[in-house]
Amino acid sequence: MLRLLSFALLLAIWWIAALFVGAAKLPSPPAVLNVIIAEASSGALFLHLGATLARVSLAFVLAMSLGSAIGYLMGRVKLADRLGDPWLILLLNLPALVVIVLAYIWAGLTEAAAIAAIAINKLPTAIVTLREGARALDRSLDEMASVFAMPRWRAFRHVVLPQLAPYIAASARSGLSLVWKIVLVAELLGRPNGVGFEIGIAFQLFDTPRLLAYSLTFAAVVLVIETALVQPFEARATRWRPRAA
Amino acid sequence: MRLEVDITGKTFRSAAGGTQEVLAPVSFALQSGEVGVLIGPSGCGKSTMLRIILGLDRDFGGHVSRPPEARIGMVFQEPRLLPWRSVEQNVRLAAPDITDAKLAELFRILELEAHRSHFPGELSLGLARRVALARAFAVEPDLLVLDEPLASLDDALAGRLRDEIATLVARRPVMTLLVTHSLDDAIRLGDRLFLLSPRPARIVREVPIAIPRAERSEAELGRIRAELAALQLESK
Repeated sequence: MLRLLSFALLLAIWWIAALFVGAAKLPSPPAVLNVIIAEASSGALFLHLGATLARVSLAFVLAMSLGSAIGYLMGRVKLADRLGDPWLILLLNLPALVVIVLAYIWAGLTEAAAIAAIAINKLPTAIVTLREGARALDRSLDEMASVFAMPRWRAFRHVVLPQLAPYIAASARSGLSLVWKIVLVAELLGRPNGVGFEIGIAFQLFDTPRLLAYSLTFAAVVLVIETALVQPFEARATRWRPRAA
Repeated sequence: MRLEVDITGKTFRSAAGGTQEVLAPVSFALQSGEVGVLIGPSGCGKSTMLRIILGLDRDFGGHVSRPPEARIGMVFQEPRLLPWRSVEQNVRLAAPDITDAKLAELFRILELEAHRSHFPGELSLGLARRVALARAFAVEPDLLVLDEPLASLDDALAGRLRDEIATLVARRPVMTLLVTHSLDDAIRLGDRLFLLSPRPARIVREVPIAIPRAERSEAELGRIRAELAALQLESK
């Protein structure tokens, strides 16, 4: 209820601001809604949304699984941490734009280059978060699993993974927002479709309603993914924690 | 089956750079069906000794021979349950082969039936200790290691659990190693008591109790207790 109220307030502020600065700079909510409906009925909206969503999910899955595995290894094995740390610092500080441009130069303006570039941008933060998670693992529970001769996989699944779950959830959350920001840049620079491409066109034509129509729809999609997938996962991962009544 | 412990020494490197001797040479052996009890002052190195025997600490001088196929049931000083798994899952994860009937019996004996689906965070320490006991019993161990298992339980429950430990030990040929502060637990459960010195721990004296556990009357227990008290005075 409170969320709805806050959303209504945002709309109101937008509307009022639109009246002051004029439709060329900030179109009113109904104007943007009209563009959304037009784009949706022509099918273009779903095509571009779908393309972007596919890139986001591929890059996200790639970065999360690779980053989690590397981060876990670095948190558990000292040698891996020592070897990987300089690479990690380099990756963390490499601007997203540099990665994207280099990827397009080296691998051509291809889908693989775009997805790899997005994934590489997300990779280091996933590694850092999971490394922290692996470092914080409770040794006494490892000992328990070892004394009771739990097979490796069972111990990983029931002893290690639940301890990592909050870190995975945090990394997924921050990662999703990061990937969603970077995917647009990658699309703007070298893809013939997707929300980023459309925003590039809208920018060239100074078509603000179109720009807002695409970015707001995608924001809505991200919001849905967040509440429908990420939050339930987080809730499930922490359901054992006793809650205050 | 037989557990042979022959530790020649164990030192820790302290943060300041010096070395600290935790264990002096310690050696003893334990047969199936026997309960060995380690009694010693706090901080004397009992837990270190247990970690070595369990294979958790391999950095020591000497040798521990434990049948490689021996199943181990362990009750740690803290319960060490998985907070994100229910009571029942905690037990089943350690003992996946346990039958429903056996599990039900174990829960009945330890009065855990009402708590099967609770998470460890919802239990009192006493209850959590009982779950840890259930887990150790559930694996039907060949080597049962109990590190102060009855601490912080009320007398009635501690007494009952002590009887349950005795029943289990009698039912299956299990080597049991009990660490305790309680002389009472030691003489009621133990077949052989190992009295340890302060750090670095060594075995000051080995006291066998010849009378079978089930036949120890209060009078005999009193006599053993007095004997031990005399021994401890002597060794000081």
